[in-house]
Amino acid sequence: MKFKTFFWFVAPSVFMMLLFIAAPLISVFIQSFQITQPVMQQIEVETCTPGFLTQTCVTETKTVPVINEETGRTETTTAWVGFRSYQNVLQMDKFWSAIGSGNWGEILQIDFWKALRFTLMFTLVTLPLVIGVGLMIALAVNNAAKSLRGPVIFVSLLPFIITPVIGSLSIYWLFVGDGILTATLERWTGQDIAMFAQAWTIELLMYFYRVWHVAPFAFVIFYAGLQTVNMDTLESAIIDGASRFERLRYVIVPHLMPLIIFIALIHLMDCYRVFDEIIGFRSQAHVISLQWLTFDFLTPDDAGNRAISRAAASAMLTMVGIVILLILPLRRTWRDHKGGTH
Amino acid sequence: MYLKKLALAGAVSLLGSTAFAACSYENEVPLKSLTAGFEAWKAVTDAMAECGNFQAELDQEFRTKQPAAFEANPSLYQIGGVSNGTITPLLNAGTIRPLDDLVEKYGQNLSPNQLIRVDGKIMAVAMMVNTQHLMYRSDILADLGIETPTTWDEVFAAAEKIEEAGVVDHAIGATMKSGWNLAQEFVNMYPGFGGAFFNADNTTAVNSEAGMKALDTMKRTLDFTDPEVLVSDSTYVQQQFQQGKIAMANLWASRAGAMNDESESTVVGKVSMAAAPMAMDGGAPATTLWWDGIVIAANITDEEADAAFRLAMEGLDTEMVQGANEAAIWLVNGYAPGPLAEGAIATATANPAPPAYPSTTQMGLLHTALGNELPAFLTGERGAEATLVAVTEAYTTAAKEAGVLE
Repeated sequence: MKFKTFFWFVAPSVFMMLLFIAAPLISVFIQSFQITQPVMQQIEVETCTPGFLTQTCVTETKTVPVINEETGRTETTTAWVGFRSYQNVLQMDKFWSAIGSGNWGEILQIDFWKALRFTLMFTLVTLPLVIGVGLMIALAVNNAAKSLRGPVIFVSLLPFIITPVIGSLSIYWLFVGDGILTATLERWTGQDIAMFAQAWTIELLMYFYRVWHVAPFAFVIFYAGLQTVNMDTLESAIIDGASRFERLRYVIVPHLMPLIIFIALIHLMDCYRVFDEIIGFRSQAHVISLQWLTFDFLTPDDAGNRAISRAAASAMLTMVGIVILLILPLRRTWRDHKGGTH
Repeated sequence: MYLKKLALAGAVSLLGSTAFAACSYENEVPLKSLTAGFEAWKAVTDAMAECGNFQAELDQEFRTKQPAAFEANPSLYQIGGVSNGTITPLLNAGTIRPLDDLVEKYGQNLSPNQLIRVDGKIMAVAMMVNTQHLMYRSDILADLGIETPTTWDEVFAAAEKIEEAGVVDHAIGATMKSGWNLAQEFVNMYPGFGGAFFNADNTTAVNSEAGMKALDTMKRTLDFTDPEVLVSDSTYVQQQFQQGKIAMANLWASRAGAMNDESESTVVGKVSMAAAPMAMDGGAPATTLWWDGIVIAANITDEEADAAFRLAMEGLDTEMVQGANEAAIWLVNGYAPGPLAEGAIATATANPAPPAYPSTTQMGLLHTALGNELPAFLTGERGAEATLVAVTEAYTTAAKEAGVLE
């Protein structure tokens, strides 16, 4: 392709990427090293609030922002603070003192590390499950009778179509309190079951939900891949007396390897940003994720405060985490690409 | 039938410009409001809509939108619904206007109690009070011969008897969803033990004896609640009541009406209201007082403000209250307190009276810190003292960032 054609072909998407990805990223990067705060003053204020019949008035010293007379907006100052917001998120001093004193459990009481523990575990536990379940469905569909394939594909794709928040809310409603499934389980086992009362059951539901939701994506990719398996190789393997498992292990899986890596890449990126499950399951008391932490910093409280610098720092840390996770599979893809084996 | 109603509602909202008989005048200026979405606001905004040219937005997440929407010039909404918690950012940013001259012009029906004055200027007009107070199943307590509890110790004693009798799944319901709700439980309990939230230099004082006692009382509650209490918000507790699963709860007065809603509730007429229990003898009921009311944006023309306030007064008139008497503890003339309001009135008129929820920047920061740090205590991951230290640290970090602390 001529360079000029190529340029005009990709220009719109490069422009969009610069505008919607690069620019916000740079802005968040800068904000993570800055703190913008209103200029505060202390004033004596009398506030009267209603009781049921009469008012109570109290005079107290309040700390309120200064309002600029000309613009009518609050005056703010912005200061460069170096890595202070990162320190406030990471709380390394507590981290090291917990390690120093040997109380490893204390690390998990710091929000960031608690979130990191769950996020990593969630990502790494669901990864093999998604690939395994996806491959199993693909093999099953591939071996199903032709007349059945259409409906089976349709049904196995359904979970992927559901909006993540709606899906997690449905699971929450099925299990919370005397939800249908909890009530059934209780009748069946004769025990009182509370799925949302402790961390491990909530996590279990989250793993289950994510695998249920994402496995169809892996399935579709693998199913497409299975159509391109070299039949000659398979047949010669059969003639050589390879069992079903050996054919899978030595012929099919190596053939699908680039796809497995592709799915792993996508899954690592998606899972590290786990968020819907936390909100849908209302699990903040027991389980939090990195993305939720950023969201929590950004949510204004009743008085309108939001921790934008810490949110920026936390977002940058999340990005660094994803990059580290992706290095391994990306290096492999790069090697394969350079080696020209395909 | 339902579809028909829906179609009708749609048609009515489209015909917003037509005046209706129930309104005393026809509104000519296009106006919009942003308020919370509970029953009382629905009644008020419906009454305002009768005058025409008015669009109401009822949104439970209004608090995240309101500061930015009012800071725009011109403001995106002329009328705002606030409470003493959510008025703070609007006051701080100066995006709501003083109402003194408008009250003089249109506010003949307002009682002095309704006028929220900050530094002598009327900044908001209150329409109702709200508070968390004791709701209990009067039939169960009568059957078991239990007097209405007035302190938390009595609540726990009653809960023990109720659990023994096994008449409900869990004796107590609590709005302890981690985050805002859970923090609010502490904010109720802590002043009940005589605690002050802040020192004079804006540092927090929660790491104190009263703080330890408040945490201890909250933990004792867990013995009698649903094990999933850390996900239960006001709506969830309301439903537990309606389905006959709990016998007592310290719940919002604005939820009382739902107990007698025959389409939802299985316990119609069986739930009574009493003052919020005291945390210690001779103390104030362990709760905070709230008000809800309207504000008018600063960044609009005087004509718009005039029309907006006039319309708001039409929404807050006696006629509206008589149509929705049970929806809230109204401060508006014409309100006839029914049995559902007894608890809230007893709470508000108690001596000593519970404090009003403080509308300050620091309180917002502390509320968030409490909401994030308390769950670890209630799940047993962290001790009481360590939790109060963690709350103090979280508050200090946030307060420094917000410029409240040096």
